[in-house]
Amino acid sequence: MVVRTWRHMQERYNLIGKKCKTCGNVYFPSRKVCPECRRKGEMEDIQLSGKGTVYTYSIVRAPPKDFEKNSPYIVGIIDLEEGTKITGQIDCDLDKIEIGMPVQTEFRKIKEDGKSGVISYGYKFVPTSH
Amino acid sequence: MKDIAIIGYGQTKFGELWESSFRELLVDSGVKAIENAKVDGDDIDAMYVGTMSGGLFVGQEHTASLIADYAGLNPIPCTRVEAACASGSLALRSACMSIAAGQHDVVLVGGVEKMTDVADPTGAIATASDQEWEAFVGATFPSLYAMMAKRYMYEYGLTLEQLSTWSSIAHENAVNNKYAQFRSKVSVEQVMGASPVADPLTLLHCSPVSDGAASMIVCDADKATDYADKDDIIYIKAFTQASDTIALHDRPNMTTLEAAKVASNYAYKMAGVGADKIDVAEVHDCFAINGLVLTEDLGFCKKGTAGKFIEEGNTRIDNDKFVTINPSGGLKAAGHALGATGIRQVGELYWQLKQDKECKDRQSAINNGYGIAANVGGTGGTVCTHLLSVNR
Ligand SMILES: [Zn+2]
Repeated sequence: MVVRTWRHMQERYNLIGKKCKTCGNVYFPSRKVCPECRRKGEMEDIQLSGKGTVYTYSIVRAPPKDFEKNSPYIVGIIDLEEGTKITGQIDCDLDKIEIGMPVQTEFRKIKEDGKSGVISYGYKFVPTSH
Repeated sequence: MKDIAIIGYGQTKFGELWESSFRELLVDSGVKAIENAKVDGDDIDAMYVGTMSGGLFVGQEHTASLIADYAGLNPIPCTRVEAACASGSLALRSACMSIAAGQHDVVLVGGVEKMTDVADPTGAIATASDQEWEAFVGATFPSLYAMMAKRYMYEYGLTLEQLSTWSSIAHENAVNNKYAQFRSKVSVEQVMGASPVADPLTLLHCSPVSDGAASMIVCDADKATDYADKDDIIYIKAFTQASDTIALHDRPNMTTLEAAKVASNYAYKMAGVGADKIDVAEVHDCFAINGLVLTEDLGFCKKGTAGKFIEEGNTRIDNDKFVTINPSGGLKAAGHALGATGIRQVGELYWQLKQDKECKDRQSAINNGYGIAANVGGTGGTVCTHLLSVNR
């Protein structure tokens, strides 16, 4: 699990995705093959802004073990300005959240694997007016 | 390509079966199917088993060998097939392909899941989603379907009452299914008022954690009458499968399951019938929203209208104009033993189409002689459909 965490640091910490030079589609997380162009696609890194709007969301009230301390929390799918979507927690009042709300990523602790376990960091979203 | 016939079916009860182990469940249903089909162990050429995650639920992999051994069927080839909650129908599809290709004549197909032996079934079920980019950030399996529901409500004005009607009808149907996990009625108000799981979904919009197994004997249609009476033979006219992105966020549209549209369209084409000729359907309602979405994706009503369609009672068992949907009670009320579900769905159609005594109190009108099952893996990353007919 530790190696798996390291491997994703670029993406989780810096929001580096992929852009296909051939068709212009943007992908996050990174992919080796463009689903549109397949072998004809040429992928390059792209720095995502982390800015977008809430496409859909849910309030999790029956959390998995790792997230019991945070419950209830909002999980959402965000439509990023670059044209890709991404799943993440949204840190805002439970009764303020709505589809279409503008949000922006912030670097946060995501979870802790037990008392002495690995702490995982990554992105969460906050309202931009915040 | 050879034609394919179903000649026997058997299942265990679905539910919290504390007394039974993984291997016992599948053997129980397998023996029932073999007896029902009037075949002998010696007649069986191969076996396919669908199970999602023996490794996580009971710490057992290499389940193909385990099952062949405990079913007393060595040395025939046994293959375990996995596609999350669509594992069962993928096992059935594999059996159909092997018969169609002329490789085997009589095949035993089994599906099984033992989910109540594990402390954290939610964590195990979450492995059907994208672990790194959905589960990692705290998206649970119910919350992914809840996000589909939220978006669907936003785009089409589906109400919570309409969504909840789905569960209420499911429970009503299951009352007459002795194998069902829940056999009590619940009102729309009770569904809405149940404990919240992932807004807008309550516990009563979700299928339960279940143990259970289902088995079926499929056979080269030319040889079906060697074993079964003519009235006990139902034909599989189409066995199709399609894939989609594993993560929900990678789909342009989250109010539809593209793989279900592709798989069912292909099934209708393969069988040469349209959705309007289907008398009975079993659709995958692990969460109520999925049932509504599949009702549209399989072509039973127009996009965005399933809420109204269901609320008006069009899919009820006693309707005389439209398809009956989930007479068994569906995953919601009959239970959802992941790997067994796909086979249980087709088993229900088998009973319905031949108007078996097993479904006499929940019998759909059979006017055209067709049924279809749609079994979904994960949040729609895999969808399998099987289209059955009373005629070859
Ligand atoms: Zn491309």
